[in-house]
Amino acid sequence: MKVWKFAASAAILSWASMAQATETLTMWYHGAGNEVESKIINQIITDFNASQTDWKVELQSFPQAAYNDSVQAGALAGNLPDILDVDGPNMPNWAWAGYMQPLQIDEAKIANFLPGTKGIWDGKLYSIGLWDAAIALTTRKSTIEELGLRMPTTDAPWTKDEFMDALAKAKAAGKWEFALDLGTAWTGEWYPYAFSPFLQSFGGDIVDRSTYQTAEGALNGEAALAFGNWWQGLFKDGYAQATQDPADRDSGFAAGKYAFSWNGNWAALGALKAFDDVVFLPAPDMGAGSKIGAASWQFGVSATSKHPEGASAFIEFALQDKYLADFSNGIGLIPATPTAAEMVDNYKAGGPLAVFVEYSAKSGTVRPVTPGYVVQAKVFEKAAADIANGADVAATLDAAVDEINADIEKNKGYGH
Amino acid sequence: MASKFTRSNRTGFLMAGPAVFLIGCFVILPFLFAIAFSFTNQRLMSPNPTEWVGLSNYEALLGLGTLTLEPEKDATGAVVMEDGEPKFPATRSFTRGNPDYPQLAGMREWFSFDHGGSRTFVLARDVVFMTAVVNTFLFVIIVAPVQAGIALGLALLINQRLRGINVFRAIYFMPVVVSIVVVSLLWRLIYDGQSGLLNNLLSAVSFGMIPQIDWLGNPDTALGAIIGMSIWQAVGFHMVIWLSGLQTISPTLYEAAAIEGASKTQVFRYITWPGLRNTAVLILIVITMQAFGLFAQIDVMTNGGPLDSTQTIVFQAVERGYVKKDISGGSAISVVLFVIVLSISLIQRWLTREKS
Repeated sequence: MKVWKFAASAAILSWASMAQATETLTMWYHGAGNEVESKIINQIITDFNASQTDWKVELQSFPQAAYNDSVQAGALAGNLPDILDVDGPNMPNWAWAGYMQPLQIDEAKIANFLPGTKGIWDGKLYSIGLWDAAIALTTRKSTIEELGLRMPTTDAPWTKDEFMDALAKAKAAGKWEFALDLGTAWTGEWYPYAFSPFLQSFGGDIVDRSTYQTAEGALNGEAALAFGNWWQGLFKDGYAQATQDPADRDSGFAAGKYAFSWNGNWAALGALKAFDDVVFLPAPDMGAGSKIGAASWQFGVSATSKHPEGASAFIEFALQDKYLADFSNGIGLIPATPTAAEMVDNYKAGGPLAVFVEYSAKSGTVRPVTPGYVVQAKVFEKAAADIANGADVAATLDAAVDEINADIEKNKGYGH
Repeated sequence: MASKFTRSNRTGFLMAGPAVFLIGCFVILPFLFAIAFSFTNQRLMSPNPTEWVGLSNYEALLGLGTLTLEPEKDATGAVVMEDGEPKFPATRSFTRGNPDYPQLAGMREWFSFDHGGSRTFVLARDVVFMTAVVNTFLFVIIVAPVQAGIALGLALLINQRLRGINVFRAIYFMPVVVSIVVVSLLWRLIYDGQSGLLNNLLSAVSFGMIPQIDWLGNPDTALGAIIGMSIWQAVGFHMVIWLSGLQTISPTLYEAAAIEGASKTQVFRYITWPGLRNTAVLILIVITMQAFGLFAQIDVMTNGGPLDSTQTIVFQAVERGYVKKDISGGSAISVVLFVIVLSISLIQRWLTREKS
């Protein structure tokens, strides 16, 4: 009798704990509409749900263009999911605004991850990426030989003079419509992501990173003015277009309209397909080193999640090399670890895109790690576009500095 | 016992209820919020508490100053010339960290004019907003009369009993039915600098004499391009209102005119136009208010560029309030816009009042 009673209560207990055990975790992802991406992320979720019984992850995908707005609206309505993904430079803002909480992930697990994939704010890890992205100066080997240029390397990238010489020669050759395709058609985050590293390579920056309290001197100092004049010259001297047809951005290089194209690793496969002698050159060194933007989309846990340990467990699960390799194979991104890179044909040592891993590791510079970045990015975009269209360099940069400083002040220093 | 007034109005209130509730929630309440927010430092997302900041948002938006400078002179006292013009000291040296001119700190040159050898610079705290105000007024001043005029012309054309006239009515009205976002996307292709329809058309009719113009990428043509497509897009809507006005004019008046042997101009001058008076007032006010709200075309086609040539008030309100997450700044712009539109509407009402 006693045993019977014990067994029954044990059964009830275990039933109750089982019902309690499988908690549902909601997850938002920005990749709706991309079939390959959806397939990979769904595979990770299925694997995770099958690997344990404590958590069950449910995915909701958003189109990228509407994703940030959805998170913002969700946060205002107190409706965020447990797990969300965030574009690297936006993370500090979301953490500061109280949308996100630090990850509970063993630091040792991410020791060999590329620096750009780690979202650190206020000394804590808030987000981690399964991949990074990188930019290179895409051209053809035959172009370099034809123009009689030195082949730059990661250790010895082109200097500013060499770069300008290359553009001048390409223009003089008359073979291309424009010497350089900068991608000005891609308005939005592309501007700060792709063009602010030029500014940093000149020695300037969007904001003074020692305090993050002012842009004075960083964005309108001598280095920034030199950047502005050089930037304006690219368009004034006819090397690049200030306004570009989006179709030219997508297929102009392959169609032979441009000698050089400043483009990301995601476009590299298309370039390889178009020409058999494509080379990806490192960013030119304008004086303060060769720089490219770092940090892509990353995963994090929302502040309102009731099960942060479960959310972190899922993210940790997703950090396996095989998933990193899947994403890289599927959508061409740079795997976050060297071990995963070895599993991807394009990125393994000697692979056609392996240089991107090198550039990402050596030249990758994260955009200013501050909650104010979301506004500063917009201000920089407008300044870069205005200067490209012929606005006065000093006045434009001054105005940008004033706007950034006013915003920092209005936000009481953004918690730095 | 309820009086007849409340009893017969109860049904009325009940019927108006849902609309009043929705308008209250989504128009009146946000409007009051905007006024309140414009006096605070409210952000879209921020852990900082909201604080009352008085008029500082308006000062930052509307602050103006002037600076009169003499041209630079060299050691002999002769005016320094640069590119054939007298050289003036940079305004930057007065507006940035100059303790002698604290009232100009942070301002930027808006425009300048010369008089008697010296040059007066008009400085604004927010040049982009000032540009947006000027652009919006330019847009309204051109769109209101031109759109109303073309719409009236079209209405007169289709107000005839002809076979198949409905086909024309449908064609003219079609752009109104299509979403402005779709229309803007299509016109972006039409205006394309290289392979756009407009450029191809111009080059075909001019046998290649007219060069390719980057309509939306050139500061001189961008606003004009947007004005053109905006007029085309909404002209059908106003045409229908004119048409309804035309059809309220009694046919007996036209019959009488025909018997009297009036010419077409006389018929229009003495019968049609006076009969359209109220319609004209309505159309003018509606176009003005719609034109002040110019946003979607800008957002889709130019984003305010190039060089601020297509900045508008509403685009700036959204840009600041939502994109730059400064709700208080965006609210202040909305309030300024409200005051502008209200005053213009009142002036229009007064100018077009029934004179007795």
